[in-house]
Amino acid sequence: MANADVAVIGGGIHGCSAALNLARRGLKVIVLERDRVGRHASSANAGGVRTLLRHEAEIPLALEARKIWHDIARDVGEDCGYHTTGQVAVAETEAVLDDLAARHGRLQDLGYDHEELIDARTLKELVPGIAQNVLGGLVARGDGAASPFHATRAFRRAAEAEGVHIHEAAQVSRLEQAGSGWRVHWNGTSADVGTVVNTAGAWGDRVAAMVGETIALSWFLPMMMVTGRVERFLDPVVINTSRPLSFKQMPNGTLLIGGGRPAQGDREKMTYRLDVKGLRASAQTVCDLFPLLQDAPIVRAWAGFEGRFEDDIPVIGPSRVAKGIFHAFGFCGHGFQLSPIVGRLMAELVTEGKTSLPIDGFAVDRFDAAPNSHAPASRPQENPGH
Amino acid sequence: MNDSTPMHDSRVDLAIIGAGPAGLAAAITASGLGLTVSVLDEGRRPGGQIYRGIEDAPARGEQWMTLLGEDYARGLDLVKRFRASTAQYRPEHSVFDIAPDGGLGILGPDGAHWIEAERVLVATGAMERPVPLPGWTLPGVMGAGAAQTLLKSSALVPGARTVIAGSGPLVYLVARQMQTGGANLVAVLDTTPRANYRRAAPLLARAMLAGNEIRKGLAWRREVKKATPLFRTGVRNVHVEGVDAVEAVSFETGGGRGRVDCELVLLHEGIVPNTQLAMAAEADHDYDELQACWRPRLDAFGRSSAPGILVAGDGGGIAGADLAVEAGHLAALAVAADLERISHAEAVERGAAARAAIERKSALRRFLDTLYRPRDEVLAPSHDDTLVCRCEEVTAGELRQIAAMGCSGPNQAKAFTRCGMGPCQGRMCGLTAAAVLARAGGRSMAEVGHLRIRPPIKPITVGELAALDGVGPPPDAGPLLPTAPDEGTD
Repeated sequence: MANADVAVIGGGIHGCSAALNLARRGLKVIVLERDRVGRHASSANAGGVRTLLRHEAEIPLALEARKIWHDIARDVGEDCGYHTTGQVAVAETEAVLDDLAARHGRLQDLGYDHEELIDARTLKELVPGIAQNVLGGLVARGDGAASPFHATRAFRRAAEAEGVHIHEAAQVSRLEQAGSGWRVHWNGTSADVGTVVNTAGAWGDRVAAMVGETIALSWFLPMMMVTGRVERFLDPVVINTSRPLSFKQMPNGTLLIGGGRPAQGDREKMTYRLDVKGLRASAQTVCDLFPLLQDAPIVRAWAGFEGRFEDDIPVIGPSRVAKGIFHAFGFCGHGFQLSPIVGRLMAELVTEGKTSLPIDGFAVDRFDAAPNSHAPASRPQENPGH
Repeated sequence: MNDSTPMHDSRVDLAIIGAGPAGLAAAITASGLGLTVSVLDEGRRPGGQIYRGIEDAPARGEQWMTLLGEDYARGLDLVKRFRASTAQYRPEHSVFDIAPDGGLGILGPDGAHWIEAERVLVATGAMERPVPLPGWTLPGVMGAGAAQTLLKSSALVPGARTVIAGSGPLVYLVARQMQTGGANLVAVLDTTPRANYRRAAPLLARAMLAGNEIRKGLAWRREVKKATPLFRTGVRNVHVEGVDAVEAVSFETGGGRGRVDCELVLLHEGIVPNTQLAMAAEADHDYDELQACWRPRLDAFGRSSAPGILVAGDGGGIAGADLAVEAGHLAALAVAADLERISHAEAVERGAAARAAIERKSALRRFLDTLYRPRDEVLAPSHDDTLVCRCEEVTAGELRQIAAMGCSGPNQAKAFTRCGMGPCQGRMCGLTAAAVLARAGGRSMAEVGHLRIRPPIKPITVGELAALDGVGPPPDAGPLLPTAPDEGTD
């Protein structure tokens, strides 16, 4: 039995980041990953490092994370393929432009200036080749993109360098109370730990259920596709608000088309099938925004399992039923950028019982109130920015 | 009559992918039983690889037909019967997506369509096994089968100094056709290992009883040997040499190292089932150790484990054109029975002759598979700098490195090296990469698995996908789909 101070369940980028930061605080940490590190959303995401259009609860975290990304090699020893390219949200209709302007005003009232409202001319300067009919948008010039594979691997290596033991193909089957801590069982073996950190992503509710906690997590499979190499024409990441799309040109010239249209899958078997209807819709949006890309060949498409809550922000914080259990999962398709900061906050939470940034908005008990007492999952036209 | 009028019957009983012997035979049988049939063919005329250009061949004269041989001529009758059937023929159509329940994304001259079929027969045949040896990516190296395709489709016989190196019946067939056509064939290097002859010898007598194929093959070989300036057997360690293009081939035999100057090298180490579509349809596959390839798990009539998907012909396991015709016939019977046009008893009865023919040839197959089992060196190249993935330029050495780092299979190798992520979707490198990883990790092919195949299986542009018709709108945004401005995904 290899006992430890903390067991992190789920070896995605969030699990690796939490483990790294806990180990830096002098704790003995093990990571238990059922498959292999970064198998699902951590490697299947599009690598966006975005503060733009964040939920208000996420903004303080996203801004702090962005500082870390800007100098990511200092934190984890590798550049993670990160580049500051800016991210741009485009408005195709007056209604969307009005929504974006209203959001911009609201953020200014709150004291945030990382998003900038731009007119059509500025937009076309930033994104040459975009369709003439776009009306303007928002830009976050300090945003960028990284390589999910390299970033996840860098966090893993950094954690291991701090003494973290990562167990892959380690299927946690049971959590039971042992003294003031927990006994974690996996693959016929076990370890006693003081604290458990649940970073199990689309399966985070399963881990919670092991300590008797019910959390209403759903999941989805955002699809992505990549084209062959085309001549460089685009620096910033472009996102669309009225029709889901995120779009960027990679350093090697290929175009990565994402944005959240889902594949169909089976969370138990961990298999999925791409949905050609959704891919077609993304391709249509690309063609409308970038008519020049009609002839770009699509090389590959894929998807990854991702956890999701009905209000589209994660759960971050202590379990509401069991002492010594902390959750950070269900990032709803936009957790990659947050991983450096959420790992730090989890380490603060475990070692000090408090965090340097507000996480109240992510509390797991927010779902316990009457169903109509919290904000509904918003639809774009009616409630564009909370 | 079947022509490519721009009809959009987006629903048919049976969609057949491929118009080689299996696909054509299935179309003839199925349409004869009253099924609506659509045949999707990447080619412009029916015939597949084996009967490529068959409809144009007679006009090229009797000499041409003699050159290509009587086996080729047999295709003409099949194509004629197909043309006379009610099956609809869609030439120049590729399939970029296949759903386990029979949905197909197809791309043709008039764009991309989604069609639904009660059943889909995958009759996509075989492809040449990649031959990753030093220098195999130099300009001037091609597959012997690819050279034969040029011969059939364009009546093109190479004038350059040509070397054929490899193993398998096609080596001698192509060599003989080249020589008859007047090619400058300077050397034939047979790489069949001596040990294979010893293993195959006990199977020879029964194989010869199964038909005259072996006598025919031996006759080809005698003719080729007589007509080729340099003829070697038991050849090992083939290297293609050259800087910007092929200059020579060097090799080893029992008698030491040899070298021959040339401008064109035709490599061939057998053919393997083209499993892309069956894998994309999530049909179960098994690794066949003797044929050294993946093949879909099929019942006696060609039904796969995916509910709407059948496979016939070499795509279900290498068996050759004649048995592909039988398998296509059987698959059509199975579909007719499953769609209740005939009874299952009738399907069994009508299929009895085809099944007997397949059974009769099994001893021959076993002999050929044993004799021509590829050397380990072909399956997993030992030279570290030999390219495995041509699209992304990944070498065997790099794959061995990541195996040492814990990479467990070809799907994981994609993340480490981009191996298999180029435009060919791993068609060229999938088998080799898996074999290198398996050997390096001391595991079986079944353990390391095969590359997952996902759409688009064939190239499609953003614009073509955007204009895809025949599908409804994407699933409603609903609670699972982030659409609000502050809910985008990364």
